[in-house]
Amino acid sequence: MSGKTYDAIIVGGGHNGLTTAAYLAKAGLDVVVVEKNAFVGGAAVSLELHQGWVYSNCSYVCSMMRQSIHRDLDLTRHGLILVPYLGTVNFGDDGQTLIDYPNEEAAHLELKRHSPHDADSMHRFQADLGRYAQFIRKTLLRTPPDPTSIRPRDIRELLFLGKQIWSLGEREMYEYVRFFTMSAADFLEDYFENDLIKAAMASPGIIGTALGVYSPGSAYILLHHVMGDVDGNIGAWGLARGGMGAISEAIASAAREHGAEIRTDAGVAQILVKEGKAAGVALENGDELSARIVVSNLDAKRTFTRVMDKKDLPPGIYEKAKNFKIRGSSGKVNIALDGLPRFTGVPDNRYINRGGQGFTGSLETMERAYDCWKHGRWSEDPFVESVIPSAWDPTVAPPGKHWMSNFVQYCPPRLAEGPWTPEERDAFGQAVVDKIERYSPGFKDLIVHMEIRTPHELEQEVGLTEGNIFQGELTIDQLLFNRPFPGYAQYRMPVRNLYMCGSSTHPGGGVSSACGANAAREILMDLKRPNTVPEDDFYDE
Amino acid sequence: MNTVDPYAGERLKKTPFYPRAKVLNIRDAWAAWNGYKFAEYYYDAEYEYFCVRNQCATYDICPMQKYLIRGRDAEAMLNRMVTRDISKLKLNRVTYVLWCTDEGRMVDDGTIFKLASDEFMLTCGSSCIAWLRMSAYGFDDVSVYDITDDFAALSLQGPTSCAVLKKMGLEGIETAKPFDIQRFPFHSDTLMVSRTGFTGDLGYELWIRPGLALEMWDELYAAGEDYGIQPFGEAATNMTRLEAGFIMPDMEFNEALKTIHFEHDQTPFELNLGWLVDFNKPHFNGRSALLKEKEKGPKYTLTRLDIEGNKPAEESYLYSDKGCKKEIGYVTSAMWSPAVKANIALAMVRTDCLKGDIWAEIYYAKELRQYHKVARCTVKDKPFWAPARARATPPPDY
Amino acid sequence: MLVLESADTVGGLAGSREFHDGFNVPVAHSVNHFSQKIANDLDLAKHGFPASGKSLPAIGLSADGSHVVVQGNQVLGVDTSDAEAFPRFMAQMQRFATALKPFWLKTIPRAAPGKLLDMATFARIGLKLRLLGKEEMREFMRIATLPARDLVDEKFEDERLKAMLCWDGLIGSKMAPRSPNNAILPMLYRMSGGCAGEPCQLIEALHASARAAGAEIRTGATVDRVLVRADQEGLRAHGVILAGGEQIEADRVISSADPQTTFIRLVGIEHLEIQFTNRIRRLRSDGQVAKLHLALSGLPEFTGLNQPNGRMLIAPEMDAIEFAFDHAKYGECTTSPVMEIVIPSLADSSLAPEGQHVLSAHVMYAPYRLKGGWSDAACETLRENAIDTIARYAPGIRELIKHSELLTPADLERRYHLTGGHWHHTEYALDQLLMMRPTYEAAQYSTPLPGLYLCGAGCHPGGDLTGGPGHNAAQEILR
Repeated sequence: MSGKTYDAIIVGGGHNGLTTAAYLAKAGLDVVVVEKNAFVGGAAVSLELHQGWVYSNCSYVCSMMRQSIHRDLDLTRHGLILVPYLGTVNFGDDGQTLIDYPNEEAAHLELKRHSPHDADSMHRFQADLGRYAQFIRKTLLRTPPDPTSIRPRDIRELLFLGKQIWSLGEREMYEYVRFFTMSAADFLEDYFENDLIKAAMASPGIIGTALGVYSPGSAYILLHHVMGDVDGNIGAWGLARGGMGAISEAIASAAREHGAEIRTDAGVAQILVKEGKAAGVALENGDELSARIVVSNLDAKRTFTRVMDKKDLPPGIYEKAKNFKIRGSSGKVNIALDGLPRFTGVPDNRYINRGGQGFTGSLETMERAYDCWKHGRWSEDPFVESVIPSAWDPTVAPPGKHWMSNFVQYCPPRLAEGPWTPEERDAFGQAVVDKIERYSPGFKDLIVHMEIRTPHELEQEVGLTEGNIFQGELTIDQLLFNRPFPGYAQYRMPVRNLYMCGSSTHPGGGVSSACGANAAREILMDLKRPNTVPEDDFYDE
Repeated sequence: MNTVDPYAGERLKKTPFYPRAKVLNIRDAWAAWNGYKFAEYYYDAEYEYFCVRNQCATYDICPMQKYLIRGRDAEAMLNRMVTRDISKLKLNRVTYVLWCTDEGRMVDDGTIFKLASDEFMLTCGSSCIAWLRMSAYGFDDVSVYDITDDFAALSLQGPTSCAVLKKMGLEGIETAKPFDIQRFPFHSDTLMVSRTGFTGDLGYELWIRPGLALEMWDELYAAGEDYGIQPFGEAATNMTRLEAGFIMPDMEFNEALKTIHFEHDQTPFELNLGWLVDFNKPHFNGRSALLKEKEKGPKYTLTRLDIEGNKPAEESYLYSDKGCKKEIGYVTSAMWSPAVKANIALAMVRTDCLKGDIWAEIYYAKELRQYHKVARCTVKDKPFWAPARARATPPPDY
Repeated sequence: MLVLESADTVGGLAGSREFHDGFNVPVAHSVNHFSQKIANDLDLAKHGFPASGKSLPAIGLSADGSHVVVQGNQVLGVDTSDAEAFPRFMAQMQRFATALKPFWLKTIPRAAPGKLLDMATFARIGLKLRLLGKEEMREFMRIATLPARDLVDEKFEDERLKAMLCWDGLIGSKMAPRSPNNAILPMLYRMSGGCAGEPCQLIEALHASARAAGAEIRTGATVDRVLVRADQEGLRAHGVILAGGEQIEADRVISSADPQTTFIRLVGIEHLEIQFTNRIRRLRSDGQVAKLHLALSGLPEFTGLNQPNGRMLIAPEMDAIEFAFDHAKYGECTTSPVMEIVIPSLADSSLAPEGQHVLSAHVMYAPYRLKGGWSDAACETLRENAIDTIARYAPGIRELIKHSELLTPADLERRYHLTGGHWHHTEYALDQLLMMRPTYEAAQYSTPLPGLYLCGAGCHPGGDLTGGPGHNAAQEILR
């Protein structure tokens, strides 16, 4: 118990909260991060759950980390190196393979093998994707405008966004509406005829989302997942050496270096509000900390309906939080392996064997998996996106041994019969293993240890409500100036001195540090301190 | 088979002429074109360039994309797609065409061969099957086939090329006018020869079934032994086409369907290809947009420049003043032309500045030191290289 | 002014058809929001429309007879909390609908340089919403793209009520309660108010009004092609040629056929540009509604209903709609269809012989692209499933059936020259609305082919019987 008043308490030590802490501390603020787990990172963690094997047991790859933040916080010096991994193999229902070679000519030949038409059309698709990604990327490290306000700042920002859209040219503005509103499957119809190619292109559209490839809005999710870049390679994904925890640890290290305090095993029971203003937190162990401002890294639903007293909220806010859509749809099966699995149809190509695997099937397979979710069941024939980080990263498994990260759609937050039980969870894990075995006979024999996570586990350990990995659906009603609620999309929350810095704010999910940085910028503005948050910089400008 | 190459899926494909090219590519200088392994040069780029200008040389155009468009509606479909009126194209003739988006932005250029009244071959440098299919939609009777791998094709260019073909036994080849197609029996098959090329000189393109490609090469090279025949690669091609004033994608223009930024692609008028746009044709893709552009005039025009000095103006900015204050364009391709002995370039220049002074800001290095020069440019009306023999029928022997 | 109609009577999907001796029915079985302004402009009251002017109550049926009834802004048969929440919800939606209403009768400008003045239209929409108040505008921004299910889950508890509300947004479209983005705008469009009544009366009134204004209307005249002149000026539409070979010259050709029929079949793509053609080709126009018509020897008795004189919905919960849709996604037809039933002969006794009745039902989801096609067997299976479903709510109905017919989207396509059998000509989706309907070069009623215009549901503001597209097209042409 201390009688001291911090400048800021950050509730939750996820990567965004750590980022906010780093920038506030850099500006000279007295900051403390309180985290319920024994480790920081939230969903960007590395855990040695089986001796010798280190799992990135939630998020597993990174492409959206803002390069300017990486450089500005000197994260490399603090231990972070992000390296792109080469190529992914997509598997069809019948075992056909579509390999995403890292070389343009090779990738073209591979597509041509499946469909010469689609190989040609891919150029147009990539140009279109690139065009739309460019626009979105420019908005990531910026605070959204409030379209209902006439403040000069909001009008300037609206004009900035308007100018970016206008520069697309008339036809492309309308095409952009298509991308923003259509289903991934329908959108891809205009480019491709081959089902495996369509399925492979569409699959990023369902990651972490309670939508199917045929649901309007899944094309945007697709964009969200391919607009990242690693050193200018747009669409590339990277592995963090040491696992995703290396990202969080590096940011935490930078934050500490700037003077931030980080307390683990310090879960928050309640955010305290005095005279209508956020004034501190009460920890689960009974301690109380007071601060001038409180910044929540928890999701919007959890913040307002779990750790705040309803009476402390202005009218309507509790309902808004209740209505905030944050449905879990994903599972994760992390598997320690005795050796490198081989996949039928994939040659012993040392580069491709270090890449990722997409157990994609077909558009119909993915959509039927979504139907299961609607019925409150896990998918028997799920979509699985996998990567074997140890094939590249020597720090996460003993030499010659491996671990495989398997991200699964779909997995409901609750089953039709009731909450998840350990038996059901294990049956779900088995379904995933069975699916992989289909493409890799003998896979089961390599399994040394398995961690099976349903939305239930994600919620319990990470604090993601209902296990939604983005801290809220990425649908238009909850994006940009609607995120988390219209009118409160600029990191300031309805209660004075309360802010939000996690993925429930713009720009949404992904390990990017953008939410945390944007929140820090707003906070420093309010506290009339000089801004320490850098601007984004782009390769294609 | 146990020795499956695990990298087979990634390796570049080889053309039917590869066995011969491999032996002759002493420098192991390879590049890639449309997924094929393809020579950058074989021995020495400038030497190969002079073979083209002085004797004759062969260029492997197997990787060039070739499409067969067949059906009652084939001509209608192509005529809607390209800006030129190909209803005027006669049987066994070839024509150079370009095609645009609805907004009049250039998708690509290529050639159309009329093989029969309902059968055309379209060739172009990059794949085009998706656009062709989109263009064919709605016609009752037209089919599009990718025949890139069904034809082995070799370009033979240079002043002795006709003589070599005569020596090879192609009787009557000297009667072929520019853009004519002729056919000759060859072994069990037919050798198709078009008087076409990308060098601005006398030259032919030879089209044969892949199974007979090596036979054709061997007979050609046997015939050409006394005429200085030599293979040439990408480097020499680029030099010769620039002298001839021909445009290349990713240099003079961006293919519209692959362009990300608004209007970073080009219109035919900007590329000085307005002569390929036939407004007498009532309808073709991009017509309304191009009509507007013609009336307004293009903001930029592709221009041939002769530049003082001998430092090539690669990637140079162009200015209307020697002080480099007012920027009026940029160089798209540049080289020192050994045959013409001129410092030449193709450049995008503001149309309203064509009549005035044009200066190029050239950077070059001498033993790692950077130098900077502002050179005067002169607009050239005619191509740098257009010898009479390129159009003569019958062509001379050398 | 000459109107050419292929069928023997006018009206299209709203025109009445004798499907069995003495029994008549239109495919569209209710008019809910025909524009009052247009009705006034065309003096439709004088010609007999609307007769009653009242909208039918919507009845969400329960098998046990405890139904939910929605009439205007009131709901009966639900818990107090829902009953109280309903008028508040409807009032808010009404406010949004009213703010958007003027734009259904306006041409939507293109977002192009040189059109900045036109773009004031968008500023006006923004202003109207802003004038509702900051909170209301924010709420609109939030709900505009919500799935119908999410919206109604926020406000209500009763499953039948929620299903009914979702239904009104999605009927006729290829979507289900969970589908994002495209649910709310159609809902608001349908709440924009106007005249309600019988489709047959509407068609007769419009017909009479047009004739009175001097229009010549020919039925049994099927247009085969649009005549296009090609010369150095370019292309120009200058008339049509009928199926029999007769050529008719005209300064302008205005098509109310769907865009794909108009451009691909009637005009011919050889007169159009490649990317434009592709944008038309890729319009999503797969109809999902089958039409069930029953000729009944008497009035059917629905358990718990005094009189079946409303729009009766068989959709006991949102999942019933959702799971029926899930089959259609794969080109399959559900065995548990959901449906909207009307007995139009109650309001208009001329539709059936004395004492006998017509039952008209919209049955979902019957995908246009059924795997294996709509064979007679497939048709019969759906028809019988639909009747079985109705029988659960109106036991004994089978004994009353003198004749039954099911029109699948394939049938609608054939009979009405309607691509995909789609009610709205093409999907009511955000990327196919406003200045993108059907595509930006044809969204203001003129088309890239000089002399050719569009005026049907394939343009802004879209489908349903509102008169909007026709009115807007006329305004543009006259300008």
